[in-house]
Amino acid sequence: MSALIPYIDEPHPVTGVTNAKLGIWLFLASEVMLFGALFSTLIIMRSSATDWPAHGSDVLNVPLATLNTVFLIASSVTIVLSWAALKMKDLKKFKLNMGITILLSFGFLVIKYIEYSSKFHHEHFPSTSTFYAVYFTLTGLHGLHVIGGIIANSYLLGPGSKMWLTEPERFTGRIECAGLYWHFVDLVWIFLFPALYLL
Amino acid sequence: MSHGEMTVEEVKKHVKKYYIVFGALLCLTIVTVGISYLHLPSLHAIILAMIVASMKGGLVAAYFMHLIDEKKIIYSMLWLTLVLFGFCMLIPLFTLHGSFN
Repeated sequence: MSALIPYIDEPHPVTGVTNAKLGIWLFLASEVMLFGALFSTLIIMRSSATDWPAHGSDVLNVPLATLNTVFLIASSVTIVLSWAALKMKDLKKFKLNMGITILLSFGFLVIKYIEYSSKFHHEHFPSTSTFYAVYFTLTGLHGLHVIGGIIANSYLLGPGSKMWLTEPERFTGRIECAGLYWHFVDLVWIFLFPALYLL
Repeated sequence: MSHGEMTVEEVKKHVKKYYIVFGALLCLTIVTVGISYLHLPSLHAIILAMIVASMKGGLVAAYFMHLIDEKKIIYSMLWLTLVLFGFCMLIPLFTLHGSFN
């Protein structure tokens, strides 16, 4: 047990989970409210807008967004496999799976860049219409969360992985927390994709 | 059993589940895109798409986030979050019958 912060590699006797896990779930609860407020805004804006595409597919690229969905789902699998590898004391497999997770995340961002570039090339900006304002706000904020996840996961794959040698349980707990954050990012996209692109 | 006490065999069983869930998520993604091609009335399309999205979200939460065997305190926190989130989603209903034309 750490002398500085207790219960970070063993469960707290009252809560039954480590402080790190409780903390990340509390953070995700706040993120649910953030994206919930924006989804609520999407509903209000769509209901009251005079100019809104009949279907998202009329103005957005559904095949690219579907590929992005596959990328994120696959990255969710690989990050949980990286955690499972650590539970089986296999650092090599952890690094492989975390590396693939980060690559898939970059793939997501590349596709987002292509989509955004195309929109800007056709002079569609957030100021163009209510639809585009909502589209860029929601996908932009989600994209920033993807970038944050890439930074955290890259640290854990790189210099952060040194902790495996000295405190393997604590490091495994960190990967579990990073995984929880990444699955939430995936969850948000699972709802964003149909809400913006398909309906 | 908490995740801290899992044996190698138990972890391998979980890994099998992850691949099964991955397959299910890919199938449900195809279903989601397929629904959009049906050109259903708006309300039906929204309800159907959100049901499929909820199924996908449920699988990710249950198996990838390990919510299916998590501790009570996490469930308590999430129930409170869901109630408040539900209220957030209901706000449009309160406003739509008032201010907007």
